Amino acid sequence: MTGTDIAAPAVPPAHAAGSARLRGFLRRLRAGDLVAHTITLAFAASILLITVLLVMELWGKSGLSRTKFGWGFFTGSTWDPVAGDFGALPFVYGTLITSFLSLLLSVPVGLGAAIFLSEMAPPRISDSLTFVIELLAAVPSVIYGLLGVFFLVPLMRQYVEPALVKSFGYLPLFRGPVYGVGVLTSSVVLAIMILPFIVSISREALMSVPREQREAALAVGATRWESTWQAVVPFARLGIIGSVFLALARALGETMAVTMVIGNDPRINPSLLAPGYSIAAVIANEFTEASSDLHLSALVELGLVLFLLTMVINAFARLLILTTTRKGTAQS
Amino acid sequence: MNMAAMANPLRTNDAPKDNALRPEPAAAPDAKLRVAGLNFYYGAAHVLHDVSLEIPPNKVTALIGPSGCGKSTFLRTLNRMSDTVRNARATGAVTLDGEDVMAMDVVQLRRRVGMVFQKSNPFPKSIFDNVAYGPRLSGHMRKPALEEAVERSLRRAAIWDEVKDHLQESAYALSGGQQQRLCIARALAVDPEVLLLDEPCSALDPIATAKIEELLFTLKDNCTLVIVTHNMQQAARVAEFTGFFLLGKLIEFDKTEVIFKRPSRKETEDYITGRFG
Amino acid sequence: MIWRRFVNAFMFALTGVCTMLTVSVLFFILGYLIYQGGRSLSWDFFTKLPAPVGETGGGMANAIVGSGKLLLITILLGVPVGFLGGVYLAEFSGAAFASVVRYTADLLNGVPSIVIGILAYALVVVRAKQFSTFAGGFALSMMVIPITLRSTEQFLRAVPNTLREGALALGASKSRAVVTVIIPAAMRGILTGTILGVARVAGETAPLLFTAFGNRYWSPGWFQPTASLPMMVYTYAISAYEDWHRQAWAAGLVLLSMMLVANIAARLILSPKGVQRA
Repeated sequence: MTGTDIAAPAVPPAHAAGSARLRGFLRRLRAGDLVAHTITLAFAASILLITVLLVMELWGKSGLSRTKFGWGFFTGSTWDPVAGDFGALPFVYGTLITSFLSLLLSVPVGLGAAIFLSEMAPPRISDSLTFVIELLAAVPSVIYGLLGVFFLVPLMRQYVEPALVKSFGYLPLFRGPVYGVGVLTSSVVLAIMILPFIVSISREALMSVPREQREAALAVGATRWESTWQAVVPFARLGIIGSVFLALARALGETMAVTMVIGNDPRINPSLLAPGYSIAAVIANEFTEASSDLHLSALVELGLVLFLLTMVINAFARLLILTTTRKGTAQS
Repeated sequence: MNMAAMANPLRTNDAPKDNALRPEPAAAPDAKLRVAGLNFYYGAAHVLHDVSLEIPPNKVTALIGPSGCGKSTFLRTLNRMSDTVRNARATGAVTLDGEDVMAMDVVQLRRRVGMVFQKSNPFPKSIFDNVAYGPRLSGHMRKPALEEAVERSLRRAAIWDEVKDHLQESAYALSGGQQQRLCIARALAVDPEVLLLDEPCSALDPIATAKIEELLFTLKDNCTLVIVTHNMQQAARVAEFTGFFLLGKLIEFDKTEVIFKRPSRKETEDYITGRFG
Repeated sequence: MIWRRFVNAFMFALTGVCTMLTVSVLFFILGYLIYQGGRSLSWDFFTKLPAPVGETGGGMANAIVGSGKLLLITILLGVPVGFLGGVYLAEFSGAAFASVVRYTADLLNGVPSIVIGILAYALVVVRAKQFSTFAGGFALSMMVIPITLRSTEQFLRAVPNTLREGALALGASKSRAVVTVIIPAAMRGILTGTILGVARVAGETAPLLFTAFGNRYWSPGWFQPTASLPMMVYTYAISAYEDWHRQAWAAGLVLLSMMLVANIAARLILSPKGVQRA
């Protein structure tokens, strides 16, 4: 008997592919499966619901402020609840300047640590140290604030800032009275808070660089450092940049630690030693005491701005990080 | 035909090969599984072409062929494990004792047609819980009956003596060969009429392989066995019937003796004598 | 050549310094808190209510209980939603829907916690016309849902497909296979992810500012404003009272200890010694 012989069919004729599949599908969705399928689907969909509600509420509750100020909201620099005049510029400025400054401070240190952990440290030590560094991300924001208020602020006020004024006081960046609280202190706290993210993600990006890249440089006589800096780091640059953006998104949204050390002054001042204000900080401070519907609406509009800002930056960051890890694994 | 190229021909053991006394499978009305005109597609890829054969009951049927020829895919349509792939489509008829497999409740089908996989896959549970998993699914078994079923299955799988004092230990504590026999016991625990084995020994050493092959002889009394293997000598050792697959087509299906000594198709002969594959 | 060798050694030494700097921050924080907070911890701290404003003494019993209640709501409300959602994504969902949900979960994860607080305010506080424990728990739940969902999905996907096939081949329906084999196999990881997620939201202050709001007394039931440990740290730290500063340190120490214990315990669960059993 060969394969081409067909035995006398004592069986029903061939089913159409479609109906067999449908019947199979229905049969698979027996009582237990249907319930499980539906319940879990409902819960998965809840994420979509939450997000939709979030956007709706942010948009809706900021309506009053949006219609009153329009785009002028972002150019106005007065924040006067009594007069009902609200401008976001000081907060946007404060948020951006503290975040970027914190990146300036933490990226070199973070990248350095990531390089060490990925290229120099033996795997076991690298893993343990990374675990410890990642624990930093688990420290609540308010604890950073606590240390900021009682340790860092006096330190800045008594030693660091006066020293800066002495050496660089001719620059507008370091002019003015020394309070301890202010943009600079806030940036330092933020820098420490975002450090674990930069270290952890950059380290992974570096570790996913294929062996051949390192070896190619070494083979032509480069030192370990040269191979690392000139071959490995550039290869992982997308992931590293991604980690920076991720850290930036975290810094933008940080509330408690910033509120406690930034000075809460809604004015724009070129000096880093001056107090400032961030979007998250003003929402935290004024939300429960909002004196009018317009005030509340303006605060919600600030929340909307923060939401959009972090969403865009996060999405971009994830794209970068995804690209790097895929590139690394594709080539290795 | 170069028989010298084939090492270790048909195994001799006490179980007599009574193929000569049995009627031709083509006319046997009591074929356990009947496949007619089976075509199988993964999305646009046409993987199985017009396969027809009949699996005789209480025998070992081997399916051989080079890698990628579709024999595993074919095996998986018999218990509709192929359903788990999203773009899978099958046309044609597959019947179990005359009942249409595609129309049957798939859960019921899989209790009647069990499967042992290429790489042993015990659950991260105890040995007892692994074997008891199948019986527990139907729900209404009391503890003594469960324990009896577990012992019976472990005995049938020739592993009872090795594990009887360790039933509560993790299945992962067993060796590779033992884990595979445990998986066989697990599959037997629901008393299937058919047992499908997809290259069950490919990850095992020769001694473990031999143990499982010995096992197959005792199992077929209560069970119909279909084994996919890439090892021709294994097919020759254990199976009464053999089917040869190539590029998604069933080239030839006959008694093992015939396939290996007097194949009717050139492709079969080429494969048997090692010209490719 | 000597210069290059020098640069090599120097740069790597520098990176080592960066690493040590980063690592030491954690120990510094811990040490400082133990020093400052340890001195202020007392039995009173755990058992007494806050003293009237301006007076010394008192404790944070109400804040501890408040945080406990908030966590309870989070675990009862947020964790199951995230868990079951993750099950859907890993086991039942089609690819398109799954990627939409995944993307949205990641998006939600990145939203600053204070914005989530605004949402909880709008949905719960405005409607009930008062601050409440429930509103605070609601805010924290919404933060924990995307975390739990992603980690559940991730650990379920990591279960080898051979286990799924093994269960199906024995005649288990899809949902039974998921419940009796796959979820138990992934349980360790799911538990870890959940503990880490809950620990993370337990330390959040911002979303509580205008949901749970705070309370100097006991908060009866679930629909009154309540004190919480992180909020007490904040309020006391920025106050003018020396005694309150002391208590803020103590509260900070308790909070940090809980975080660290939870994180370390979770990691230990994930990498046990010996064979895994489900």
